[in-house]
Amino acid sequence: MSVAASRRSVLPGFGLSLGFTLTCLSLIVLIPLSAAFVRTAGMSWTEFVAAVTSPRVLASYRLSFGASFGAALINAFFGLIVAWVLVRYSFPGKRIVDALVDLPFALPTAVAGIALSAIYARNGWLGFLDPLWGSAVAWLDRTIPGIAWKEWLGVQIAFDRPGVFIALTFIGLPFVVRTLQPVLEELEPELEEASASLGATRWQTMVRVVIPELTPALMTGFSMAFARALGEYGSVVFIAGNRPMHSEITPLLIITKLEQYDYRGATAIATVMLTASFLLLLLINLLQKWSRRHHRI
Amino acid sequence: MEPSPPQDLTGMASIVTGLDSRAVASRAAASPVTQDSRWVRWTLTSLALLFLAFFLVLPLIAVFAEALREGVRAYFAALVEPDALSAIRLTLLTAAIAVPANVVFGVAAAWAITKFSFRGKSILITLIDLPFAVSPVISGLIYVLVFGLQGWMGQFLNAEHPWFPWLQTWLYDLDLRIIFAVPGIVLATTFVTFPFVARELIPLMQAQGTDEEYAAITLGAGGWKTFWRVTLPNIKWGLFYGVILCNARAMGEFGAVSVVSGHIRGETNTMPLHVEILYNEYQFSAAFAVASLLTLLAMVTLVLKSFIEWRHARLRYAEA
Repeated sequence: MSVAASRRSVLPGFGLSLGFTLTCLSLIVLIPLSAAFVRTAGMSWTEFVAAVTSPRVLASYRLSFGASFGAALINAFFGLIVAWVLVRYSFPGKRIVDALVDLPFALPTAVAGIALSAIYARNGWLGFLDPLWGSAVAWLDRTIPGIAWKEWLGVQIAFDRPGVFIALTFIGLPFVVRTLQPVLEELEPELEEASASLGATRWQTMVRVVIPELTPALMTGFSMAFARALGEYGSVVFIAGNRPMHSEITPLLIITKLEQYDYRGATAIATVMLTASFLLLLLINLLQKWSRRHHRI
Repeated sequence: MEPSPPQDLTGMASIVTGLDSRAVASRAAASPVTQDSRWVRWTLTSLALLFLAFFLVLPLIAVFAEALREGVRAYFAALVEPDALSAIRLTLLTAAIAVPANVVFGVAAAWAITKFSFRGKSILITLIDLPFAVSPVISGLIYVLVFGLQGWMGQFLNAEHPWFPWLQTWLYDLDLRIIFAVPGIVLATTFVTFPFVARELIPLMQAQGTDEEYAAITLGAGGWKTFWRVTLPNIKWGLFYGVILCNARAMGEFGAVSVVSGHIRGETNTMPLHVEILYNEYQFSAAFAVASLLTLLAMVTLVLKSFIEWRHARLRYAEA
């Protein structure tokens, strides 16, 4: 052990590389990030609370958190299926499909935004879904009264709430697939064989053996997709319609405040979102630790 | 102190990059009991492909279809228009600064973190990861708060009794514009791409250990020579992997750049911002024409990424 320690100290450049790293980190990341908190600390408590809990801001939290949660759920469901298919089955073009899963990481968000809104707009390729969605929501409104269905689900797809949901699903798509793939690849086939030899049906094996094994990774992927969706801006603004109190996401509200020179308001909301992101980052790190412990056994 | 295994160093970003974590070779389900019945396989595969077709393939095709809607001539006219050209130039310039900066930082950070042991290493790694957790809009906002007229720099420039009067005079004479100008765009881009190369190199260099460097030093090589002749050849593919992902993000970043750019046509518009302006002016096919260039960039990125992953998997297979 002491040999290893002395070996490492033989290599040069510790002071230089660590010093350079810390300098860059402070100048580019830490000092600018602290600016948001320092600015917020300069506000009075009542001013801060008023800025972050005005009705329009609260409406944007509801949409941002709600749509991100829904999109992450859809991604968890389909991500599980996609990862399973990519790891366990073989079909022509599998390598291309596998590469394509990373598209939302590589495609600029603005491009994704205009492409999605062109597809789902009423005159777009999937524009025929628009009236269908409208009638479905109207039907819900008539059948189950007492809930503001039109307010919650929107009356059309593009330029309304479903558009926000679609864009957030797009950008969160790779997370669940990419967290599940390595775990699925390392899943011992013996587990499933043992389960089958003990008389379990394939369905029982899936629900009782495979899914529990995948749960930590699935939750990690879900949280990553959720965290990413929460901060997303580029793909959403083109397809959301951006109606205040209805289809306006929180990052857009920050920009709106900035354009009105309301720096304090923008910074206060940003601090709330930053805190949410950091808590999620913490949660993700804990989930990953759990996931790793889970799979070492 | 036992050096921690590379898996312990992964954070949120290990998914975004993470060459080492991706094994391409799939394990074939050997026995019939672990094989799903034909109709289950068929249903799940169609469901997966249908989902991906709707969400990934359709937008890809839509970009090119919309771009070529008014013909090939209009397509190329939109690309050689002066504002488009200046947006392309600015995007290339931004990437040409942000990516090399990221490489230098990433290599230095990975060297410090993987070749030495010190306290607070895992905190340092988490801090390097932070920009991935921050919304792009907030990434732009924090630079406005530091360098904007209402920000720290503006307050300092307008202060009557500043801490360092000489610095104030010097900055005044310099008349350096950062926000709503090119430096702000470069800074915001550097922020959002900050973790890319470091995240890629840390697990790789951790796995490689320090034996080869130690041997080089023992044989009398200097520090730089060891780095260029021993370390760099070992990490070049991982570095390249980090660079292409970093470059894709640097050229495509929208939210952060949008906040700090000021949208001055022909001056502070990058390609994604130019797409937005054209789109908002209802010049749809021109917007999609510029967008198609960015889409091509994304596709080239994915092809290179798959190629490196394939090569990496083959090398690992050969080693095993």
